[in-house]
Amino acid sequence: MLRIRLAEESLVDPILKGEIRCPVHLYSGEEAVATGICANLEKTDYIFGNHRSHGHYLAKGGDMGQMIAEIYGKESGCSRGRGGSMHLIDPENGVMGIVPIVAGTISLALGAALASKIRNDRRVTVTFFGDGATGEGVLYESMNFAALKKLPIIFACENNLYSTHLPIREIRVNNNISETASPFKIPGIRVEGNKVLEVYDAAKKAVEHCRRGDGPVFFEFLTYRFRGHVGPDDNIQGSHVDIRPEEEIEEWRRKDPIDDLKKYLLTSKICADSEISVIYDEVTDEVNRATDFALKSDYPKPSDLLNYVYKS
Amino acid sequence: MSTKARKLTYSLAINEALKQIMKTDDSVFIIGQGVKSPWYVGNTCKDLISLYGEERVIDTPISENAMTGAGVGASLAGMKAVVMHPRVDFSLYAFDPIINQAANWSYMNGGRASVPVVFWLAVNRGGEQAAQHSQDLHSLFSHIPGLKIISPSNAFDVKGLLISAIKDPDPVVFIDDRWLYNKEDVVPEEIYEIPLGQGVIRVTGDDVTVVASSFLVNESVIAAGVLKGEGIKAELIDLRSIKPLDFELIIKSVAKTGRLVIVDGSWATSNIASEISATINEKLFGKLKSSVVRLSLPDSPAPASKTLEAVYYIKSGQIIQAIRNVVNS
Repeated sequence: MLRIRLAEESLVDPILKGEIRCPVHLYSGEEAVATGICANLEKTDYIFGNHRSHGHYLAKGGDMGQMIAEIYGKESGCSRGRGGSMHLIDPENGVMGIVPIVAGTISLALGAALASKIRNDRRVTVTFFGDGATGEGVLYESMNFAALKKLPIIFACENNLYSTHLPIREIRVNNNISETASPFKIPGIRVEGNKVLEVYDAAKKAVEHCRRGDGPVFFEFLTYRFRGHVGPDDNIQGSHVDIRPEEEIEEWRRKDPIDDLKKYLLTSKICADSEISVIYDEVTDEVNRATDFALKSDYPKPSDLLNYVYKS
Repeated sequence: MSTKARKLTYSLAINEALKQIMKTDDSVFIIGQGVKSPWYVGNTCKDLISLYGEERVIDTPISENAMTGAGVGASLAGMKAVVMHPRVDFSLYAFDPIINQAANWSYMNGGRASVPVVFWLAVNRGGEQAAQHSQDLHSLFSHIPGLKIISPSNAFDVKGLLISAIKDPDPVVFIDDRWLYNKEDVVPEEIYEIPLGQGVIRVTGDDVTVVASSFLVNESVIAAGVLKGEGIKAELIDLRSIKPLDFELIIKSVAKTGRLVIVDGSWATSNIASEISATINEKLFGKLKSSVVRLSLPDSPAPASKTLEAVYYIKSGQIIQAIRNVVNS
């Protein structure tokens, strides 16, 4: 969680200064979901993400330096500067694809799970999407097929209560998203998404369920983004689109998943304050090294514009 | 390649390609609506379930978007999906996985992954089926970087091109035409490949170059035969692949004949014929004996009523007239 938080917060200044130009959707505040789920996955398991997926990439083992380099548009980035923040990938670690088309990877994840079923390779696939994606028909098509074929897929809906600028009450009649799984006879489970140990425990059972061949699981994780929809602050371009009430933001800040875990570790005497400080220092070093790697890397050559349109 | 003169219909050549590639490569599977049902797919998928099981021959709910996406996702995860749409028209529900995802995938991920998927879209028109059961969208797909497109005209080509398409590491749109399904040709029994992006000369001639693809190759062969009797020697190029397009072959032929008639079964505005015409203008400006002629569908949805259908689709008669006009101009 801390790796995700500090890596992302390190992007804020460069974004405000215009040094980072591609659209960056920060995950700050939602780290417990990616962390709690991916801690249960093997390297060979698959995940698919969305526009807000730095956390998923890092939690599944993606390299931080390559991520930051990609966000800066460098050739050393995980997508060689062709994708930017919204197209992170690391197939060797099972980060199979991240795209900003809302719900765009749900069916791709369905296919990866189908591949596992055909090969009987016991891999599990997780698709991460937001509450906004529940408006897309492909989610329901995918849930139906996953249930029909008992595919090893976890539908992980991160409900941060806002579909870009629209609060959930303006996009759905039923704000309990986990209930959308029941018509498909898929277990639908609502979890406190800011409590990493609860996420971890719930995901552990779901991963076991999928590996046993018992079919899909649907999660709704209740969480909240601390930053704007895109960029550190939606008001950055004077657009004033972040209409979220300040008291609501404050309330969720008090539920910061990192603070919550820290409090637990200290009160149950699992860690001392000094040990947590050491972790902060180590992660800060990693972020600094990753940033240094990104800044020192070259941009793609203009003469390479047309590389990679086709593989052959 | 075998020299046995065994004949097979177009649809059974598709069937044989699928049977053979599925036997040699466990990662190939078929997913799509109606693959169990001859009503949907004719005999193209005959015996596939009994040979390879329902795990690899998947008939689906009517969910084109998710099913096409599943083919893409499985292909990212080491499989090679053949995603069947028994009508091109219904694949429009799947533009996101085809265009946003598969076509862009290699580029937007810096070549870290590609999608070895085949989108098999059948043109199934005529018989008063009207606008939403008649579309041939090869020109539309040709606009998209990252896609390859094949549109074979005969049983020999369809087998070899389909094998190549399935083996190709990039997404390939395979557009076949049910008007061709009963057409017989000599097809070798063993598995073979025809490279993507290579056209072929069907008829040689010096007076005029005619370019066509898919069903319209046959209409053009008829036209060339009739005109031969009139002393007009047409050179007929079968594109076979719509993308990459074999411009080299076309340019070479037009440089020889100085005349070009393009026969394209898609709508007139911004179609493959436009693209070929523009390229010939760029490459052979000043060397043509007459202006390039394009025969395309009118810019109108397909009609139902037989009287309208009869004038909507291109037939050999129009091709003959167009060639005569060009040669005599």
